[in-house]
Amino acid sequence: MSILVNKKTKVIVQGFTGREGTFHSERMIEYGTNVVGGVTPGKGGEKHLDRPVFHSVRDAVRETQADASVIFVPAPFGADAIFEAAEAGIKLIVTITEGIPVQDILRANAYVKSLGARLIGPNGPGITTVDECKIGIMPGSLFKKGSIGVVSRSGTLTYEIVADLSKNGLGQTTCVGIGGDALPGTRFIDILPLFENDSETEAIVMVGEIGGTDEEEAAEYIKTMKKPVVAFISGRSAPPGKRMGHAGAIISGGKGTADSKIKALESAGVPIANLTSEIPHLVHQIINKKVKK
Amino acid sequence: MNLYEFQGKQLFQKFGIPVPHSFVITKPHEAKQACEKLGGKAVLKVQVHKGGRGKAGGVKKANSPQEAMEIAGSMILNPILGERVNYVLVEEMVPIQQELYLSIVLDRSLGRNVAILSTKGGMDIEEVARIAPQAISHMPADPVIGLQDFHIRNLMAGAELPKTLWKPVSQFVTLLYSAYLALDATLLEINPLVVLEDGSLRAADAKVTLDDNALFRHTELREIEEVAVGDPLEAEGAMKKIAFIRLEGNVGIIGNGAGLVMCTMDEVKRAGGGPANFLDVGGGAKADVSQQCLELVLKQPNIQSVFINIFGGITRCDEAARGFVEAAKNSAKKVPLVVRLTGTREEEGKKIIAGEGWTTVDTMTEGAERAVQLAKGAP
Repeated sequence: MSILVNKKTKVIVQGFTGREGTFHSERMIEYGTNVVGGVTPGKGGEKHLDRPVFHSVRDAVRETQADASVIFVPAPFGADAIFEAAEAGIKLIVTITEGIPVQDILRANAYVKSLGARLIGPNGPGITTVDECKIGIMPGSLFKKGSIGVVSRSGTLTYEIVADLSKNGLGQTTCVGIGGDALPGTRFIDILPLFENDSETEAIVMVGEIGGTDEEEAAEYIKTMKKPVVAFISGRSAPPGKRMGHAGAIISGGKGTADSKIKALESAGVPIANLTSEIPHLVHQIINKKVKK
Repeated sequence: MNLYEFQGKQLFQKFGIPVPHSFVITKPHEAKQACEKLGGKAVLKVQVHKGGRGKAGGVKKANSPQEAMEIAGSMILNPILGERVNYVLVEEMVPIQQELYLSIVLDRSLGRNVAILSTKGGMDIEEVARIAPQAISHMPADPVIGLQDFHIRNLMAGAELPKTLWKPVSQFVTLLYSAYLALDATLLEINPLVVLEDGSLRAADAKVTLDDNALFRHTELREIEEVAVGDPLEAEGAMKKIAFIRLEGNVGIIGNGAGLVMCTMDEVKRAGGGPANFLDVGGGAKADVSQQCLELVLKQPNIQSVFINIFGGITRCDEAARGFVEAAKNSAKKVPLVVRLTGTREEEGKKIIAGEGWTTVDTMTEGAERAVQLAKGAP
């Protein structure tokens, strides 16, 4: 098992024939992802990377029975692409696009939810189930098959941490990048139960950052979990009121400080790594403790 | 993006939201003229982004045009809350009967826009939340139907607002909500919203945060944007589409990916130093971009060293390295550079910087420690 995606997941790419879409589709196909086609309005009927191109998501779903979509379209068209995918019946919509207006995402989240679908992102690296399916832009070579679930608000920092885990003999099941926006479609609190119920995942690494209260809410849930969680929070040195790159990484109205998140997670018994390089050690420790129990 | 009060009030007026008469000035003698036009008395308010200016002496009453000029003079000369004062708002004194609090804000936890109303206006709302949470009424707007009249009635009832104020406040909330959506705001806060002796309302303050991601569809806000970004180097970064924020330390920071950059800053702090800035070169940056980034960081007069932390994924280490070499060559400022390149095309990247005399490191922690030592003058 794994969470959200596996070998059988049929993926279409929205923004398939663009520069980003093409580059990352090639990487996904190399990794073994079952990319069944793509959508570029106006280019329906053509072939790209040996796969069919469709005018609309609806056409693509009808012809390929795709169940997941990954979105690479530019930010002004991001919400439209999410609406289209959800309306066509796609149940897992992974949005890589950075810079989609937050009011657009607010509506998209409500619409996606009303149809029983799930949005991952926007402004995230996507999702990878190791050796089975990679949707998005994570470098596939960093992963090793194993039993650690990873969930993170960041991109590059996640690669850094995954590479470190792999190097230290800690392979992964699935790695989910929930993205750095203020209103992520899927939050820590949505992913943690999936790992908790996944028979292959033994422990979870959670990578949070300043802004919002998702880590605090996750801490409440972690208190009820059987599986151990190790966390890292970035942005301890960030001052309030300044947006640190990610649209969601801002301390405002006294909310969203690293201290508050660390305190909440510690009170849920979660070991906090002070440096990313401490994560593998903490994971080893927590797994060993569990075995002894 | 946070706006100054006077910018917020200018926007409010466009949406028919009543504000007191005022003039924004940049020179003391303009305060005199403004005060004369307002009838000889005025309130002067420094325009800064930080909260708490009232307590810090940033709001003063002038009883004559001459006094207004003197107050404006001292305001413009002296930084307040660490911020330089470029603008002062000279505003009419209005006869206040009651002070309310009203805001529309993006609630991240709920994933909704929320209207907040309180009869305890004029004080810090977080303070009110602590001492009298029952005095604050919240109403989330529905993503489909928005904020309907019944929502607003419930909001007002929840705040125990006197019935006599229901009609004007209700109209005010409706106006504010439509402005909020039209502007792609994430915060419109009026504290205080004042009730005048004749029962009419005025937005006596305006705190406005706009969604940076939505600015592309607001060409009408371009001028506002230029004024709102106070720091000239941050403005230069914004113009070049570089995610660059200035901080208070002396170790320049460059990395790829916001999370990694924040983490790099944290490590510098942990090593006993202070980050001078946040700078994310972004994903897949080409040499010209990495060059612009280092040039920008080196323009900060206070920096003593720079730590460059690149984790190659889509970003290629060799591309990034080429730009950094070019930037160092072009920059007048010479400070020690510490570089970590790892991942895609790491070896090629390391070869490119080999002849530069920079400190190369393998890990983020090592790099942070070296950069802090070098900033302190260590050899």
